[in-house]
Amino acid sequence: MAVPAYLYQVLAAVLFCIGVMGVLFRRNILVIFMCVELMLNAANLSLIAFARALGNVDGQVVVFFALAVAAAEVSVGLAIIIDLFRKKGTVDVEQVSLLKG
Amino acid sequence: MLQLFWLIPLLPLFGFLLNGLGLKWMPRKAAGWLACGAVGAAFAIGVGALIELIGLPLADRSITHVLFPWIMAGDFHVNVAFMWDPLSAVMTLIVTGVGFLIHVYSLGYMAHDEGFKRYFAYLNLFTFAMLVLVLADNFLLLFVGWEGVGLCSYLLIGFWYTKKSAADAGKKAFIVNRIGDFGVLVAMMLTFWTLGTLTFPEVFHRAQTLLSPGTAIPTAIALLFFLGATGKSAQIPLYVWLPDAMEGPTPVSALIHAATMVTAGVYLFVRASGMFVLAPDALAIVAVVGAVTAIFAATIGLVQTDIKRVLAYSTVSQLGYMFLAVGAGAFVAAIFHLLTHAFFKALLFLGSGSVIEACHHEQDIRKMGGLGAKLPITKTTFIIGSLALAGVPIFAGFFSKDEILYSVFTSQLGGLGKVLWILGAAAALLTAFYITRLVALTFYGKPRDKHIYDHAHESPKVMTVPLVILAILSTVGGFLGLPLAEKANVMHNWLGPWVGGHGAEAPSGAEGAVLHATSHSAGLEVALMAISVALAIIGIWAAWRLYIKDLPRVQELSRKFAGAYRVLWNKYYVDEIYNALFVRPIVDGSRVLWRAFDVGVIDWAVNGTGRVLRGTASYLRPIQNGLAGSYAAAILLGAILIMGYVLLGGWR
Repeated sequence: MAVPAYLYQVLAAVLFCIGVMGVLFRRNILVIFMCVELMLNAANLSLIAFARALGNVDGQVVVFFALAVAAAEVSVGLAIIIDLFRKKGTVDVEQVSLLKG
Repeated sequence: MLQLFWLIPLLPLFGFLLNGLGLKWMPRKAAGWLACGAVGAAFAIGVGALIELIGLPLADRSITHVLFPWIMAGDFHVNVAFMWDPLSAVMTLIVTGVGFLIHVYSLGYMAHDEGFKRYFAYLNLFTFAMLVLVLADNFLLLFVGWEGVGLCSYLLIGFWYTKKSAADAGKKAFIVNRIGDFGVLVAMMLTFWTLGTLTFPEVFHRAQTLLSPGTAIPTAIALLFFLGATGKSAQIPLYVWLPDAMEGPTPVSALIHAATMVTAGVYLFVRASGMFVLAPDALAIVAVVGAVTAIFAATIGLVQTDIKRVLAYSTVSQLGYMFLAVGAGAFVAAIFHLLTHAFFKALLFLGSGSVIEACHHEQDIRKMGGLGAKLPITKTTFIIGSLALAGVPIFAGFFSKDEILYSVFTSQLGGLGKVLWILGAAAALLTAFYITRLVALTFYGKPRDKHIYDHAHESPKVMTVPLVILAILSTVGGFLGLPLAEKANVMHNWLGPWVGGHGAEAPSGAEGAVLHATSHSAGLEVALMAISVALAIIGIWAAWRLYIKDLPRVQELSRKFAGAYRVLWNKYYVDEIYNALFVRPIVDGSRVLWRAFDVGVIDWAVNGTGRVLRGTASYLRPIQNGLAGSYAAAILLGAILIMGYVLLGGWR
């Protein structure tokens, strides 16, 4: 049974919204970070679905690039988080507000 | 030697650099002798170069040495170049010769001063600047020296800068001189504007063809230069700084404020006489100012009680004579008097320094008296200097002052010249009077302060030897310009062809010989001479009678003429008048501007800008709360807004 193309987009949108809600409302920086990844992959899913529906590889190519960049971003992001934990002993973003104006 | 004359100014510069900038480890004695040696070597080169210059034929007696081109902008070329001709040679020998003696004297006078090395560094710097002034071959380089000597004058007047009166006197000298310098600058601009060059020979050459005599331009140039000369050479109205300049060390007063720097204005006028003869009206003004200054300062000198101030007013008065000579067109006589004055006034100042040193820095002649017995050398040399100043025959001042008075009497000024002659002769009488009074009160009579008298002592050799040499020069120096003997008049034969209208081109033989040769009348000259000798003797006799024989009478007289005495004692209230007319309005006006404009407008605007920014920021600051979540929400909100805008078709 073929799944209609729009359902992929709905799924992508739902995942994206979950990610946004997580970024906005969670306080654990690790969780926020995972939610950012969720948003990223929601976008990837949307791209791949469109590429398949339109019979065009452009979207897939973009996703490969996005994955590569995301891998780098994750390593940097995790390093920052670990360092933050070492320095501050917490992963709660509300405890870290040094740049308050 | 002739090819090396450009080294003359560089030697003192070298001494200044060594003493002033480096060699901290050098012992004091070596530093002092280094400074003296630099000036002495410059003098030696000067003598050598002068001898070779005498050997040259008349037309070749001007040598220019270009060190390097300085300014080249379009048509405007100025070289750093020195010129060796009879006039600059005479000036150089005065500056280095008298300067050397004063350097040596300073070794003794300043021996125990903390700023010994600083003093000699300044003194060398001054000598350098003065030599640049007299050797420069263009107006601009002359102006460099002109400003340089002004700076050194400031530094040396305020040498004891912890003393407020000295620091104030230095400032006064500098500021008053700046007023004059403004005139020199404008005059140089006018010169370049009309003649297109600032190099002396070219200026005089072009002035003959491009400027018509007696018109506005040469008159304006001459008067503006004269404004500068009144500042530097202490003439009315800008003389007020010179009496105050006596706050400096006494050898400085001798070198800068009597023998050399203050004569810079006279030198400028003689150097540029080729241009100034085209402005007879301006020269008449110069003569009048000079004569009035001569008698004005002499009257103030009558009642002063500070030994150095009497000499300071005497210097102002003698400089007035020089300008009187310049104004009468007797340029040679002006330089001749400059030369003799350098000898006897340096002698008098150094003598007064010896007295001051002997009295442990007491300068009030009312507390001296009878010092002659304790200071035999100082007394003898001081009296020789006084006789030269008073114009007693065979002493140097007699010949030069007499030549000036004679030139004025017979000058192209006509009737005005006769009036100025009367002023000059009257000033000569006063001169004889005040200098005799000074000698009498200092060296003769009964000691008025026992403590000072008991502790007085003759100065060391290093100070008395320069005194003796200067005394000899003050005696024989006058024979350089013998009257009534044109062949033997060294000054005229040497300088005559180079000044006045003849400075422009190389003179051709006897054509440019003596400016006044045609109007020479031996009988008249002898008669005038007799009058001035009589005046000098009357002045000396009157002062002698009053101040030695009949001191109580002086009190009586000063009570009788209390009004006049008070005016003279207060120096005609000139300082007070200048204060009320210029200083107070400027200070008060500045205060108004400070309160109204500086605080009210500028500060208000600057502070206002800061306040506005801070106020605005206090509303914006809460947005940046440091919480990552709120930033993320802001990003999301922005993204939604932009997407909504795009999707709703706002972006096409």
